[in-house]
Amino acid sequence: MTLIEAENAIVEEFSMYEEWLDKYEYLIELGKSLQDYPESAKTDDRLIKGCQSRVWLDYKIEDGKVMFNADSDAIITKGIISLLIGLYSGRTPQEILSSDFSVVEKIGLKENLSPTRANGLVSMIAKIREVAYGAQGLV
Amino acid sequence: MFPSLSRKVYGKDLVYFDNAATSQRVQTVLDEWNRISSESNANIHRAVHRLADEATQAYEGARDAVKEFLNAAGREELIFTSGTTAAVNLVAFCYGEAFVGEGDEVIVTEAEHHSNIVPWQMMCKRKGAVLKVLPVDDSGHLMIEKLEELICERTKIMAVTHISNVLGLINPVKEIIDKCHSRGVPVLVDGAQGAVHCKVDVQEMDCDFYVFSGHKLYAATGTGVLYGKKKWLDAMPPYMGGGEMVGTVSFKETTYAPLPMKYEAGTQNFASAATLKHALEFVNLLNDNELIKYNDKIKDYLLDYFNNDPRIRLYGVPHGTSEEKIPLFSFTVQCVHHEDLALILDKMGIAVRSGQMCAEPVMDRFGVTGMLRASLAPYNTMEEAEYFVKCLNKAIDMLI
Repeated sequence: MTLIEAENAIVEEFSMYEEWLDKYEYLIELGKSLQDYPESAKTDDRLIKGCQSRVWLDYKIEDGKVMFNADSDAIITKGIISLLIGLYSGRTPQEILSSDFSVVEKIGLKENLSPTRANGLVSMIAKIREVAYGAQGLV
Repeated sequence: MFPSLSRKVYGKDLVYFDNAATSQRVQTVLDEWNRISSESNANIHRAVHRLADEATQAYEGARDAVKEFLNAAGREELIFTSGTTAAVNLVAFCYGEAFVGEGDEVIVTEAEHHSNIVPWQMMCKRKGAVLKVLPVDDSGHLMIEKLEELICERTKIMAVTHISNVLGLINPVKEIIDKCHSRGVPVLVDGAQGAVHCKVDVQEMDCDFYVFSGHKLYAATGTGVLYGKKKWLDAMPPYMGGGEMVGTVSFKETTYAPLPMKYEAGTQNFASAATLKHALEFVNLLNDNELIKYNDKIKDYLLDYFNNDPRIRLYGVPHGTSEEKIPLFSFTVQCVHHEDLALILDKMGIAVRSGQMCAEPVMDRFGVTGMLRASLAPYNTMEEAEYFVKCLNKAIDMLI
């Protein structure tokens, strides 16, 4: 699946939930099922600190693709992280940079991204782009 | 009376429990702001024309209302600022300039809002002074018994909150002031929450400075008050220069205007400041026995809930009766993140605060990265409190 197809699939999936609480139930499940992020990788240099939740983002580059792993102390944020990792991990830097990252807005989670909320998510998206940008020269 | 309270959010009736951050505006406040802006908009104190006169009267009328509200000895002791933060900054800077030197000490408490820490920290850094901290105990009470040993001959001022915006306990400020005064140390009281929940009499309290914000007290945003004893306001240099704060100006020398203008440089936020009068009139209406009883009932109901749910930890627990506690409840839930709860409650129509609440030292003191805070105003109802408890329980169930 191309990145755009994957993004569209998520938007479609979310359009099934009319109620906010159902969306959150889904994100909470996603958050709980996010693969284990090692405690040893919860270091300050991987920490994206916000006023609300904390997000740790780790990455490595394998075969020209950027592999992301992340965690958060808040479960809904973790659910959104899980979505983002599902979308962007394992893609080439070019693919990642071709995205406008509007998927989070399209699934109705824009308020989670308001910069005034100072939550880790805004910074996480910026970090994903930054990593992809930096990786361009490496692959 | 409060138009904003009748709105819906996400299709649900709004339950506004974030009053400690800002209160909603009472209709008379909105009307006054509108009236001045649409009918009497002219720069205050300057021109002789009719509009300027009306605007000036509204602005100075608010100063009289604040004088009565705080029982200040004179209206020259009341300076309008943009809020509590601006007022603390003014005192920290000007008092520091006049009275603080290298090796001197300033005392704050562990329960302070950043706005009553950082300005003092900045001043201490500038002056080479030392910031000392009075700790709080596990229940959230200031450890007054440690005050004596903190004060020394180098102590120049103490800044203490009347009520912490996280802990919601009414601090024994009178006792603190008496202790400080007996050692010759003046005291600034941060009344951002205190002015909302306590009857304040600055003469009886004998504080040297008392600061509060209008926007937490049903008035327009961008309004604040600095009360200062005349002897200090006279002795301190001005904060900002220009505009209304001058006596005469020449390139050789400038003299300053008398109080309170000395500290009100530049065009003031007069339309908003004028609303303080109407906000304080509303506050007078709240002094009703039936209403007080009803609000106490809501407070006790919530206090009981927070104290008795084993999953919840409440910060700022009163000793004995709930009299020393205001309807402000900061809490954490075992194994649940405050952001998750706040997001879910928001979708249920409930506005609560979550995060560090501009008080990182308090978060560190209790070993948490953030808390949730429900803070009520007299316009909140028992039905809202019961709905909140129901929704909080549901949100916790979703997350555990």
